[in-house]
Amino acid sequence: MPDNLLDVQGLETTFKTSEGVVHAVNGVSFSLKEGETLGVVGESGCGKSVTMLSVLGLIPSPPGKVNAGSASFFGNDLLKMSKDEIRAIRGAQIGMIFQDPMTSLNPVLTVGRQLREPLMLHLGMTTKQADERAAQLLEMVGIPKAKERLSDFPHQFSGGMRQRVMIAMALSCSPQLLIADEPTTALDVTIQAQITDLVKRLRSELGMAIIWITHDLGVVAGLAQRVIVMYGGFIIEEAAIGELFANPSHPYTIGLIGSLPRVDHGGTQRLTSVEGVPPLLLEKPTHCPFAPRCKWVMEKCWKENPVLETVAPEHRVACWVDVKKERQS
Amino acid sequence: MAENNVLVRVDNLVKHFPITKGLLQKQVGAVRAVDGISFEVKRGETLGLVGESGCGKSTTGRAILQLYRPTSGNVHFDGEDLTQLKGEDLRMKRRKMQMIFQDPYASLNPRMTVGEIIREPLLVHNVATQAEADERVKQLLEVVKLNPAFSTRYPHEFSGGQRQRVGIARALALQPSFIVCDEPISALDVSIQAQVVNLLEDLQNQFNLTYLFIAHDLSMVRHISDRVAVMYLGVMVELADRNELYTNPLHPYAHALLSAVPVPDPKVETTRKRTILVGDVPSPANPSSGCRFRTRCPIAQSICAESRPEFREVKPGHFVACHLVS
Repeated sequence: MPDNLLDVQGLETTFKTSEGVVHAVNGVSFSLKEGETLGVVGESGCGKSVTMLSVLGLIPSPPGKVNAGSASFFGNDLLKMSKDEIRAIRGAQIGMIFQDPMTSLNPVLTVGRQLREPLMLHLGMTTKQADERAAQLLEMVGIPKAKERLSDFPHQFSGGMRQRVMIAMALSCSPQLLIADEPTTALDVTIQAQITDLVKRLRSELGMAIIWITHDLGVVAGLAQRVIVMYGGFIIEEAAIGELFANPSHPYTIGLIGSLPRVDHGGTQRLTSVEGVPPLLLEKPTHCPFAPRCKWVMEKCWKENPVLETVAPEHRVACWVDVKKERQS
Repeated sequence: MAENNVLVRVDNLVKHFPITKGLLQKQVGAVRAVDGISFEVKRGETLGLVGESGCGKSTTGRAILQLYRPTSGNVHFDGEDLTQLKGEDLRMKRRKMQMIFQDPYASLNPRMTVGEIIREPLLVHNVATQAEADERVKQLLEVVKLNPAFSTRYPHEFSGGQRQRVGIARALALQPSFIVCDEPISALDVSIQAQVVNLLEDLQNQFNLTYLFIAHDLSMVRHISDRVAVMYLGVMVELADRNELYTNPLHPYAHALLSAVPVPDPKVETTRKRTILVGDVPSPANPSSGCRFRTRCPIAQSICAESRPEFREVKPGHFVACHLVS
């Protein structure tokens, strides 16, 4: 058994819509080591959330369908498990946090009741034990007067506090893996800093692996050890965090990094925008998904879809263009 | 500063929203969304207005345009006090001041074609005949880099970035001199944000526009603005030239806000020192006495609870509202 905690191979997910079949994820493979933090970056509709939902067996079916692939977690394929088997893993060995804490919490149940649920379900605690543990968990995520707040409802918490509750819930059964889907996107920047700070502290205390899905390269820069960049349902680049920012090698990644203004140094130079719009994915592309927007596009890009090739240690890119040469010219 | 350099002058602007209770809707309190702010917008500049949600930045933008009538205070636009204008006089002024909204899905009528949407201001203000308006719509679509043939399409046929371009074309239709951009890029994807910001900059140069650019993305505000103002809970805490504010923030809130913004560079990110604020923004219905920020301020002292700090110029062009800044 290799030391990979999670090993996803050839994942393909489609959705049936009134306009046709949307190819949301088109053969995605990646792995995650124990205790590692992986950032998944891409724009809306690039398949980053659908990839993780597929792995967790949370794709609503119909209209969604996982057509191919495997997701081995501790050697067991999550995609082949029955509903009951995967339910025993979700919330226990794999915790999840979603973007909008208001819609992920049940508005008519107290926070205490919702925190108790996974503890009683997965760990078989009694109500009293679970209550105690719930208070500890709230304290752990920095909610003052934790015991009293157990009887409060979600609407009595602010956005940042609700996200803390979500984190407490996700970590309640000490998972080996935490999947966070845009957990700070709905929050203000000072609150975002509080939450990322909290996650970093909990990571060093509890040692879980994290998959952090975001569109914000800044958040990833401070948090992840390795990053995968997705576009049009494909992974187009994968690298260690320092390597990705020092040597971005896919034209899309280069464009994405260039389109970000920096708060720490002023510049009035024009932002390098990526022209065009993301693909609709109504048919599985036979060419490079980024070809319509790529400024270095060649004939080959329209004929064959590039696969991930190693260009440097721990750095894989799916692109036909000799990006280094093009950037110099 | 010569008066005619200033396009918009805001004096002690206040906007309170009443909180009512009971059958008779008796007023029991007020949300002090904007509570006495003063600043100027110079001709041809971009003034960035930043702050967290609920700090009153959008209310400020709307109160300037008289979309909300201010509770008190004055707004001088091109020398005329908008708060004193009513009816037709105010309507004529609106030609010169327009707004671009945050949500390109909600701010376009789904039952109108893009051509009708852009044409509407021209017809409402009676400045063009049907034929002239048609011609102008084509021009405007070209200006915002959309295909003029798209004028017969409906908003749902466009992507978010394209819809925002339609909103920009509509704002430009009456050749305004001042545009309030209320979070115009927040709803867009990163690579599309840069497209829209570049377009806004081009249009500013082309038509000599003045922008009030409201946003919570501090990196983008640094990029687009000439001067930047920071708001917290209905008051302005700091205003300075862009580079001055970002390299030398004086107010503890501005300092913490800037340090909280993640930088897309792992080398910088791992070595940067953060000031992480404790707690949440208090409710604007019940703000603290004295300085609004004192409940979260890492350096607050007793004087901060006693009196509200004055918004004063501590260096030429650098305004700050804090007792502890000398």
